[in-house]
Amino acid sequence: MTDTVAQAAVADAKAAPDTMAWDSGLRRLMMIYLPLGCFVLILLFPFYWMAITSFKPNAELMNYKEHNPFWISSPTLAHIKHLLFNTAYPHWLWTTMLVAIGATTLSLIASTLAAYAIERLRFRGSPYVGLGIYLAYLVPPSILFIPLATVVVQFGLFDSPLALILVYPTFLVPFCTWLLIGYFKSIPYELEECALVDGATRLQILRRITLPLAVPGLISAGIFSFTLSWNEFIYALAFIQSGANKTVPVAILTELVTGDVYQWGALMAGSLLGSLPVAIFYSLFVDYYVSSLTGAVKE
Amino acid sequence: MSVTTLPSPALAQRQPNWLVRLFDYKPFLIMMCLAPAIGLLTVFLTYPLGLGIWLAFTDTTIGQRGSYVGLENFQYLLTDSLWWNAVFYSVVYTAIATFGKFALGFWLALLLNNHFPFKSVLRAIILLPWIVPTVLSALAFWWIYDPQFSIISYLLVDVLHWRSDNIDFLGSPWPARFSLIAANIWRGIPFVAISLLAGLQTISPSLYEAAMLDGASAWQRFRYITFPMMMPILAIVMTFSIIFTFTDFQLVYAITRGGPGNSTHLLATLAFQRGIAGGELGEGAAIAVSMIPFLVFATLFSYFGLARRKWQQGESND
Repeated sequence: MTDTVAQAAVADAKAAPDTMAWDSGLRRLMMIYLPLGCFVLILLFPFYWMAITSFKPNAELMNYKEHNPFWISSPTLAHIKHLLFNTAYPHWLWTTMLVAIGATTLSLIASTLAAYAIERLRFRGSPYVGLGIYLAYLVPPSILFIPLATVVVQFGLFDSPLALILVYPTFLVPFCTWLLIGYFKSIPYELEECALVDGATRLQILRRITLPLAVPGLISAGIFSFTLSWNEFIYALAFIQSGANKTVPVAILTELVTGDVYQWGALMAGSLLGSLPVAIFYSLFVDYYVSSLTGAVKE
Repeated sequence: MSVTTLPSPALAQRQPNWLVRLFDYKPFLIMMCLAPAIGLLTVFLTYPLGLGIWLAFTDTTIGQRGSYVGLENFQYLLTDSLWWNAVFYSVVYTAIATFGKFALGFWLALLLNNHFPFKSVLRAIILLPWIVPTVLSALAFWWIYDPQFSIISYLLVDVLHWRSDNIDFLGSPWPARFSLIAANIWRGIPFVAISLLAGLQTISPSLYEAAMLDGASAWQRFRYITFPMMMPILAIVMTFSIIFTFTDFQLVYAITRGGPGNSTHLLATLAFQRGIAGGELGEGAAIAVSMIPFLVFATLFSYFGLARRKWQQGESND
C-alpha cells in the first residue's frame, strides 16, 4: 500500500518536470517566438513587397485574380532597365554618393577636432560647449529649412550639391561629436600623459595615439553620417531645383511620380536600388551601427 | 629634437618650430580645434534659426525682401483653419505614434532581451526600417495603401473574406491620418526597441534575483525594477522621438502631401507648402516658428530626465 503510494509519488515527481518543461516550452513559444515572428514579419513585409514589385511585369502587378500577388510567375528586369537607361537614375545615385561622402568627411573632421578639444584639451567652459553642441542636435531640420533656403541663395549655392554638403553637417556634427566624446573618454588619459612627458606635441598625440585608438568610434560616426546624409530629404527637396542635381530620395518622388497612373514597378525598383547602398553598408557594419545608436543614447 | 641638428638655414629652421609651438599653445589649439564645428554650426544652424524667427515677423516672399510686420503673420495663423488643423493633426500624430512606438518598441526590446539562437542576426534585421531612407519605405507604404491594388485589402477581401470591399486608405481624412500614423510607428519601432534594449542590458541580474527571492511576481519585477531603472533612458529616447515625430515631414510629404483636402498636413508640411512651394517665406517661417514652443516643452522634459539620472547614479556625468 505504502509502496504503491510511494511509487505513485515518484511517478508524479517524474511527470511533473516533464509537464513543466513542456509547459515552459509552449509558454516560450507563445510569449517570445510568436510575437517576435509577428514583429519581424511586419517590419520586413514592406521591403519584401518593394522587392517583389520591382521584378514583376506590369500585367501581374495589376492582376491579383490570376496571379498570386505574393509571388512572381515571370520575373522581369524591365523596370530596372527602364530606370537605368531611360531616366537620370545613375546620375542621381552619383550625386547622392558625392553629397553623402562629402558631408561625412567634413563632419568627421570637424567633430573629431571638436570632440578632442572638449574631452582632452579640457578648458574652462568645455562642458558648456559640449552642451551647446548637444542642443544643436535637438533643432530639427523642419524649422530650419526655410531660413536656410534664403541663406543658401545668399551664398549663391542654390541648386548646387555643394549646398547640401555644407548644410548636412548641421545635424551630423552634433551627433558625431557626442559619439566621439564618448569614445575619447574610454581611452586612458595616462597614454597621453606618457606621450607628453616624452615630448610629443598635442597634435602628434592626437594623430599618433588618440585617433588610432578611436578608430571604432570614427567608423561608427562615419557610417552613421553616411546613412543619415543618404537618407536626408527635406533640405535636398528645398535647395535643389534641377532634375539632374537631385538626390535619389527626392528624385524618385519628384521625377518618377508623374501623371495620374503611377508606374509602381519603376517606383519600387527605384526605391529598392536607392535603399541597397545603405543596406549593404549596414550589413557590413551592423555592430558599429548598434553600438553608435546605443552609445549616442547612453551618452 | 632632430630638427636642431639639421644643417638648414636659420629661417627654415625657426619656422617649423614657431608653427609647432603655436599649435602646441593650448588656447590656440583649442580655438583651432573648435573652429570648424562651431563655424559650421553658427553659419548653418544658429544664424538660420535667428533668421527664421526674424522672417516670421516679416512679409518676405521669394525674390522680394520683406519688411517688418510685427505679429501679423501669427495673427493670421490664429484665424487660419488650416493651421489649426495642422496643429491638431501634429498633436494627434505625435501622441498616438509615440505611444504606439514605445508600447511596441518596449515590448520588442523585452522580447529581444531573452536568450535565443540567431539573436544578433535578428537584431540586425529589426533595425532595417530605420536604416533605409524614409521616403523610399514611405513609397512602399504608398503602394501598400493603394486604393485598388492594396495588398492589405487583398488579404482581407480575397483571402480572409473579412470584408466585401477594398479599404480606401488614403481617400478620406481619418483613414488617411491613421494610415500615416501606422507607417510612422512602423518606422519608429526599431530605434526605440534597440535603444531600450541597450538600457535593459545595463540592469544588473542580481536585482531580479533578489526580487525573486523576496517572492516578487513577473509583473512586480517589471513594475518595480525594470520600469524605474529604464526611466532615464526612456525619457531621453522619448524626447528625441517626440521632437522628430512632431516635426516629421518626409512620411506625410511622400504618402499624401497633406491631402485629402488638407486633412493630413503636419506643421512642417504646411510650412513647406506655404514657404517654399507657395513662395510666402515669411508665413512659412511663422508656421515653422510656431513649432518651437512644443519643442522647448519636449527638451525640458529631457532635461529633467537627465537630471534624475545624475541623481540616481550619484556621480557627475558631463
